[in-house]
Amino acid sequence: MSETAPTEGIATRVRRALEGPNTLGNSTPFWVGFVAAVVALAAYPQVTDPYTALQTSRYFALAFLAISLSFIWGYSGVLSFGQVVFFGVSAYTFGIIGINFASTAGATAALFGAVAVGTVAAALLGYFMFYGGVRDVYVTILTLVVALVLNTFMGQTAGSEWAIGTARLGGFNGMTNIPKLTLGVGDASIVFQTVGFYYAALVALVGTYLGLRVLLNSSFGMTMVAVREDEERTAMFGYNVPFIKLVVFTIGGGLAALGGVFYATWGNYVDPSVFSIGFAALPVVWVSIGGRESLLGAIGATLLIERMRTGLSSGIGPIGSEWALVIVGGLLLGVILFMPAGIAPTLNDLKDELLERRSSRSPASSPTEDSVK
Amino acid sequence: MIDPTVTPVQTSVYSLGALFFQFLNSFGFIVLATVGLAIIFGMMGVINLAHGEFILIGVYGTALPYHAGVPLPLAMVIGVLVTTVFGVIIERTVVRHFYDRLLDSMVATWGLSLVVAQLLLIIFGSSLDSISTPLGNVRYGPFSSSVYRSILLPMIAILVLVGLYVLFTRTEFGIKARATIKDPETARAMGIDTDRMYVVTFAIGSALAGLTGALSAPSLGSITPNRGGTFLVEAFVAVVVGGPSVIVGTLSASGILSIFNATGSFFVDTFFGQMLMLLVAIVALRVLPNGITGYVDSWRQRRRAEQ
Repeated sequence: MSETAPTEGIATRVRRALEGPNTLGNSTPFWVGFVAAVVALAAYPQVTDPYTALQTSRYFALAFLAISLSFIWGYSGVLSFGQVVFFGVSAYTFGIIGINFASTAGATAALFGAVAVGTVAAALLGYFMFYGGVRDVYVTILTLVVALVLNTFMGQTAGSEWAIGTARLGGFNGMTNIPKLTLGVGDASIVFQTVGFYYAALVALVGTYLGLRVLLNSSFGMTMVAVREDEERTAMFGYNVPFIKLVVFTIGGGLAALGGVFYATWGNYVDPSVFSIGFAALPVVWVSIGGRESLLGAIGATLLIERMRTGLSSGIGPIGSEWALVIVGGLLLGVILFMPAGIAPTLNDLKDELLERRSSRSPASSPTEDSVK
Repeated sequence: MIDPTVTPVQTSVYSLGALFFQFLNSFGFIVLATVGLAIIFGMMGVINLAHGEFILIGVYGTALPYHAGVPLPLAMVIGVLVTTVFGVIIERTVVRHFYDRLLDSMVATWGLSLVVAQLLLIIFGSSLDSISTPLGNVRYGPFSSSVYRSILLPMIAILVLVGLYVLFTRTEFGIKARATIKDPETARAMGIDTDRMYVVTFAIGSALAGLTGALSAPSLGSITPNRGGTFLVEAFVAVVVGGPSVIVGTLSASGILSIFNATGSFFVDTFFGQMLMLLVAIVALRVLPNGITGYVDSWRQRRRAEQ
């Protein structure tokens, strides 16, 4: 008896940290569903074939892009087309370090080095933009242009003079032989492969989601939302708006960079198409459809849309692979037209409305009679 | 390669000429690719990320009749018409929901561009035969430049800008359209059908995209459904560097960007020219966050305030 009280205390404290007005899903049913979904995803590789599990772990790597964009766009109003920049920079950095230091320690250093380089890149670009007064749509375009510059640049690095140490950048053919995801030194190390990789990515993704929920419901999260709602008013209250945006953008860049590491180690390969306009737009597609103010919506949309694209690439019935982009584009257009907030927030509003109607109807029948009397 | 009868001075004059033609080529292309997007952005506050695909429809609208035996100028007219009709349909069904929702307009039109490009691929296959560039080349020393690309297109680009200037400043329609942009409510109170103004402005933007596509069709080489991106990037960059004022912005941004693009392409290679142009655009956005014309406007206001 005496032991249950403190554990309950921890549970409520944990829930208080995770819940708040800035995130959707603050009810017990939500958490039950969330745990069930995580358990289902954890059991998935045990019931399916290794190939499908491996495909799914690629979606997890991409989901980091979605969650990073949802974080900066949904909560601070900064629409970046350039999350792929930090994703790609980190993937290339992982390759460069990992190939040059071909050992478990080298691959572990590559993991931290790649995330650090991606984060610093985001901090530099963020400083360059936000302290220079670049705002709104101009941020969007500037980030897209940065991605295109990298796309153009990496595309022409085919020659053998474009190598860092023993790592060839490889131009349009990309960088190959990138080592596997590894943690530890020498004998005390784990190499994450297939199912192991799946679990590493899943744990990192769930951890990131929960961590971001805590951050968003903290006072910093409130400030982020204030910046999104009204930059000038927030500045009037004495907040340093460029600094807040810079911090948010840097965190977002770090998350995208983590995704980049998973992406590079997933296929042991990265090429300049990660900086292309087509890939740069995918995170925007996922987040817009899932709901930019819902981290979980963004993740879910990533998993489902990418799953659908993989499914369509082999063709479903009469619909061939070439229709995948038409469906994705049409879905995006439809969602923006009819559910501007995205699917998850719209469903949430619908649920609230239903609950409200039910709670107002059931007491409504008896108290009205009372009040008539 | 080097002709022994040509003196070094002559060679450098010829190179300068070649650089100039390269500049004109790039300038004409950027102005034409930009102007439709600039009108829709500057006048309506909507960023049309499907602009590249609008141009592509102009290209297909020209190439298909041409390959069916229609003479090229007539095929071009068809291309412009098809794009205009397409633009009006899109305005009525999609774009009109996104006035004053800038970021949403970008996302929605991005979805549209995916659909259009992919449908073109599904319907017409992975490429159409190219149309040979008319008018031939002008030769000077060791160089030659295409008359169509380096002389005719820049001239048309300038004519289009002059035409737009006259349209938006000297005609009743232009004044009504600008009034609608400045203050839709007052414009409505004055009896202007603002809805119609939006449709017509968008139609003009689409027609210009169609014109760009029609004119580019003979200079593209092979016509593939993924060419939209090429147009979009240049147009996009020029619009934001130029800023809110349509004509002056397009002219100044295209001029500056094509100087860097042409110089880089001429001295190193096209990759470098493209990259140099994008880097200049990044620096320009950082230094002038509201574009060139935004800066000129605020500078003018400051001077007026001082007086």
